[in-house]
Amino acid sequence: MSKPVLQVTDLTKIYGQGEATVHALRGVSATVHRGDYVAIMGSSGSGKSTLMNILGALDIPTSGRYLLDGVDVSKLSDGQLALARNRLIGFIFQSFNLIPRTTALANVELPLAYAGVKPKERRRRAMEALDVVGLAGRADHEPNQLSGGQQQRVAVARALVTEPALLLADEPTGNLDSKSTDDVLQVFDDLSTAGRTIVIITHEDEVGARAKRLIRLVDGSIVTDVRQSPIHLPPVGAQHKAQGRATVGGRHTL
Amino acid sequence: MNFFEVVRFSLRGLSANKLRSALTMLGILIGVAAVILLVAVGNGSAKAISDRIEALGTNTITVMSTGRGGSSSTALTKEMADALVDAELAPDVKSVSPVVSSSSATMTYEGSDHSVATFVGTTPSWFAASTTPVGKGTAFSADDVDQGRRVVVIGQTVAEELFPGVDPIDKQVTVGGALFTIVGVLQEKSSTGFNDANDTAVAPLTAVQQVLTGYGALTSIIVEAADPDKVDAAQSEVSTILNQKLDVAASSASTPYRIQNASSLLETQTETADTFTTLLGAVAAISLLVGGIGITNIMLVTVTERTREIGIRKALGAPRRVILTQFLIEASLLSVLGGALGVAAALIGSQFEIVGVKPVIVPSSIGYAVGVSIAIGLFFGGLPAARAARLRPIDALRYE
Repeated sequence: MSKPVLQVTDLTKIYGQGEATVHALRGVSATVHRGDYVAIMGSSGSGKSTLMNILGALDIPTSGRYLLDGVDVSKLSDGQLALARNRLIGFIFQSFNLIPRTTALANVELPLAYAGVKPKERRRRAMEALDVVGLAGRADHEPNQLSGGQQQRVAVARALVTEPALLLADEPTGNLDSKSTDDVLQVFDDLSTAGRTIVIITHEDEVGARAKRLIRLVDGSIVTDVRQSPIHLPPVGAQHKAQGRATVGGRHTL
Repeated sequence: MNFFEVVRFSLRGLSANKLRSALTMLGILIGVAAVILLVAVGNGSAKAISDRIEALGTNTITVMSTGRGGSSSTALTKEMADALVDAELAPDVKSVSPVVSSSSATMTYEGSDHSVATFVGTTPSWFAASTTPVGKGTAFSADDVDQGRRVVVIGQTVAEELFPGVDPIDKQVTVGGALFTIVGVLQEKSSTGFNDANDTAVAPLTAVQQVLTGYGALTSIIVEAADPDKVDAAQSEVSTILNQKLDVAASSASTPYRIQNASSLLETQTETADTFTTLLGAVAAISLLVGGIGITNIMLVTVTERTREIGIRKALGAPRRVILTQFLIEASLLSVLGGALGVAAALIGSQFEIVGVKPVIVPSSIGYAVGVSIAIGLFFGGLPAARAARLRPIDALRYE
């Protein structure tokens, strides 16, 4: 098998000092291969957000090794980290984190701008990405003119526009109602079907059930790691693919 | 990511808060305009003063008595003035004009009267020495002085006061109970300040002494040097002769008379004006500094307010350099635009007269003000920008 997209070995993260010490992660080891769709579940305080931030190169672990696409992230300089975040990772946040007063298209173009892509090419790729999430018609809307679900889909488009090795989503449906959740999850299923590597953090069973692999985190350690469907096949949620596509395409006009 | 792109981000950042950006720019605008304009006003008044002094003639020396009262031992006399005309002892002296003046002469013509500010009694050479040419009619002659004829040349103000709409030449006026015939009107002189240089009348020395001042001491002696370069030589010749006449020891530090020449006067006045200009500039510089602090404040607010945005940008792969550049450009744009508008405002403002002074722009002050405003933008904007760029993405994202 090719080199893993993501490989963590004995990852620990400790916050605070002395009596206030919090062990957010106590030796987490996992490997994610290309094309996998992994859901990391755990209750509040289980360390899943900490793990997410480390995987997204936003935070550094106290100890342990983290290989992203074969590159040891802990050895990267500030500039190289910025490059890694730009080229290797597509990050999707719980609170969307779109840049305010900036159109959906410009938001999606942003990572390409930082990557140095020419404006014309950038526009084309951003429109493609918006099309994938079914929001091509809303390209010139600003975040405050979009619903929560639409904003999250713009965020997904922004995450995948650079064709990153890894899509990381931190509670992507945490702030959404069930209908919008469906829309966004459908997008993830489609992306997984297209061969994207996705790691998603959630506390909702519904979300975890659709992933190909489910990791449960309790008190900073992995307690279960279950494969729910084969890595080379579309995820279970994608069986209504044709229907789902239509739904996504249809709902953006709402 | 090219530079142009970063500039576009910055422009978008500024236009997101138009009012705030405009007010910050206004601060710099006022600062820059104030520096340029106030320095221009200072410079303009200095120039007006030096013009006026140069109009007095740069090759004249004025000898004045320092002795108080009519003490005959220290007074300047007509004999001394005559002694200064000496081809051998004073080769650099072109002409000597003894002057008596009265400030309390009232001139009457057909029932209307006018108090003449300075009534001067002198010799014909005075007109050239004091660069006060006659505009209309003629000056009086040396013969008039010898004969003590009562003729007078009046200034513009006097002519307007006593002869509105009438040609004053050959009219007779009464001064101190004596009749004077007007032979000429002086050319209008530019005058600033409280003293009206046109409120004057000039008559032969002998006539004025007879009618107004009596045959006492002279008020001053105006000596014209042969050449502006020979003023210093003429001055030392004059003092040598006067020392001799007044029995002053060559080593004595104090003399009973005072010698002034236009260039020394010019020097003192220029020094005063320079101090004035520096003072004005300093006051204006403070307002520029306040404008700069305004930029810092706004940039700090902007950075704090946009901490999350910075976090997002960093999570999307924005390198530290790009973030730094973006905020630096935002700050620089504020100061550069404000500075440019300030220069424009100052240039427009300098077209008008300010407190009676026509401002004369000092080109270096434009460079200085704009340079300082850009430096302020880079320096004060750099602080918050560096803070923004240093933020760790995770901290920036968590910021509420």
